[in-house]
Amino acid sequence: MLTVEGISFSYREKPVLKDVNIEVRKGEIIGILGPNGCGKTTLLKLLNRNLKPQKGRVLMEGADLEGMSKRSIARQIAVVPQSNEIRFAFTVRDIVSMGRMPFLDRFQGESGDDTRIVEEAMEKTNIKEFADRLINNMSGGERQRVIIARALAQRPEVILLDEPTLHLDINHQFEVLDLVKRLSKEEGLTVVIVSHDLPMVVKYCDRMVLIHDHKVHALGTPHDVLTPESMRTVFNINAVLEYDGALKALAVKIIGSCSNGH
Amino acid sequence: MDSVAKRKRRTTAVLAGLFLILFVFMVLDLAQAFIPLTFEEAFWALLGMGTETDQIIIWRMNMPRVIMAILVGAGLGIAGAVMQALFRNPMASPYILGLSSGASLGAAVALTFAVTWIPQMLFVPLLAFASCMATLFLVYNISSVGGRVPTETLLLAGIAVGAMLSALVSLLTYIAGDQMAGIVYWTMGNLTNAKWENIMIVAPLIFAGGLIMVSSSRDLNAMMLGDAHALDLGVEVRKVRLQLLVASALVTAAAVAFVGVIGFVGLVVPHILRILMGPDNRVLLPASIVGGAAFLMMCDYISRTIAPSIGILPIGIITALIGAPYFIYLLRRRRSEVGWD
Repeated sequence: MLTVEGISFSYREKPVLKDVNIEVRKGEIIGILGPNGCGKTTLLKLLNRNLKPQKGRVLMEGADLEGMSKRSIARQIAVVPQSNEIRFAFTVRDIVSMGRMPFLDRFQGESGDDTRIVEEAMEKTNIKEFADRLINNMSGGERQRVIIARALAQRPEVILLDEPTLHLDINHQFEVLDLVKRLSKEEGLTVVIVSHDLPMVVKYCDRMVLIHDHKVHALGTPHDVLTPESMRTVFNINAVLEYDGALKALAVKIIGSCSNGH
Repeated sequence: MDSVAKRKRRTTAVLAGLFLILFVFMVLDLAQAFIPLTFEEAFWALLGMGTETDQIIIWRMNMPRVIMAILVGAGLGIAGAVMQALFRNPMASPYILGLSSGASLGAAVALTFAVTWIPQMLFVPLLAFASCMATLFLVYNISSVGGRVPTETLLLAGIAVGAMLSALVSLLTYIAGDQMAGIVYWTMGNLTNAKWENIMIVAPLIFAGGLIMVSSSRDLNAMMLGDAHALDLGVEVRKVRLQLLVASALVTAAAVAFVGVIGFVGLVVPHILRILMGPDNRVLLPASIVGGAAFLMMCDYISRTIAPSIGILPIGIITALIGAPYFIYLLRRRRSEVGWD
């Protein structure tokens, strides 16, 4: 679906990513995980050409993003950015309607189809009841759902989420990721989540990528990727990993930081 | 809290009100003469049914000034609305970014050092536009950090460059000697000398700039959420921003060139309208055109009638004296909606 081919990127002289290769499969939820400042967000920005790599390329179903307009990229790839602080008093419906922008010409009004898609997106994310509320008066969790609805209104193939749980209370973290998981299954959406939140990624992602030292350290199912060795190398922690039969999921037990002799 | 239905109703009411203000003060302003016409006389003469003297007063004496007021007010109104959206800052305006000072330096130079090879009527707007664009690129480049232009540095650079250019205009005024009175009068804003020839130059520039702005209103909405949001929604942010900055320079230069510096229109009008109608630029930009025109029309009428013993006051004084207190009142009353909380 989305192919990252030998990408290298540096800000000025400082290398951020070196020769990164990732194949994102159709319909999967894939988590990109690594410590803060490892270049995860940069990688996400490269995935919809908000940044251009110095080396390598990104392909969307075989087509190089370099040759596509921002508009046509936005018709296939939607983003839920990390910061969703909005100061201006747009209504929720205004914001979700912006998802239709990539499909409309300068003077073209929204058609009945566009309106229907916007309403649908609000229904799926359970925000229809506050469609007329002002975005600048809402909580972080509510805003997150509004931005996810906007992403759905783009009718994309791929949704990129940047640290979706960063500013949320723990119950809202689960709420948002449950929503993403449900949408991914119902709509066949491909989802890329960038996060430093290990338990969340383990719980929700089909596959994951560990980024370490500007490179892909490991790629695969949480089961394959998460080992005591990789935990030590990437996060500098000692951890025990075991399959929890009751939860039907991999459980990560963190013992402590390597540097403190745990 | 503001409900959508209420906001829609208010938008319609405000627009209707603005058109009414514009029309009433236009007729009142057209009626101005040594012995002013009554409202009815002016109204009928406007429709081509008055006496010959009335027609001359309306069409020959006053119409150029009225049309210039509408054009300049509309231009400053929409340019202010666009800049506030572009920089996500309610304090942005052609004046804050130094554009007005840039344009006025160009115009002041043209007024002081008349040249023979080009008529002054063209020389003034030409130099105003050149100087306005130069200011824009100077400010833009000073504030650009590694390919990005953060709002904070842009505003600070605009204020610093604007202060320097204003000082240069003052210096010119000081050394200008003979032309000094003219420049002083002009720096206070003045519609009295508006001529049809000037309008022929100003109108196309403001129309062109306004068209670019209105056609970008949807992109501008997305950019108000932040550059990253706009990029994610497929907006070519750098291109659109550059287009809008050039259009703003064009409109500001055209507005400043013949009537001088008229402050507060570009800051206050869009701001008030955003509080009343919401931030959607598809509504706000057209409304700022009407609002700017109505506000300046009203101020021109007041500048002509408020102090008959002194004569006509410079319009820039009136716009600031009316605009600033109302602006402060709104800021105190509705802090949260203007982003002051």
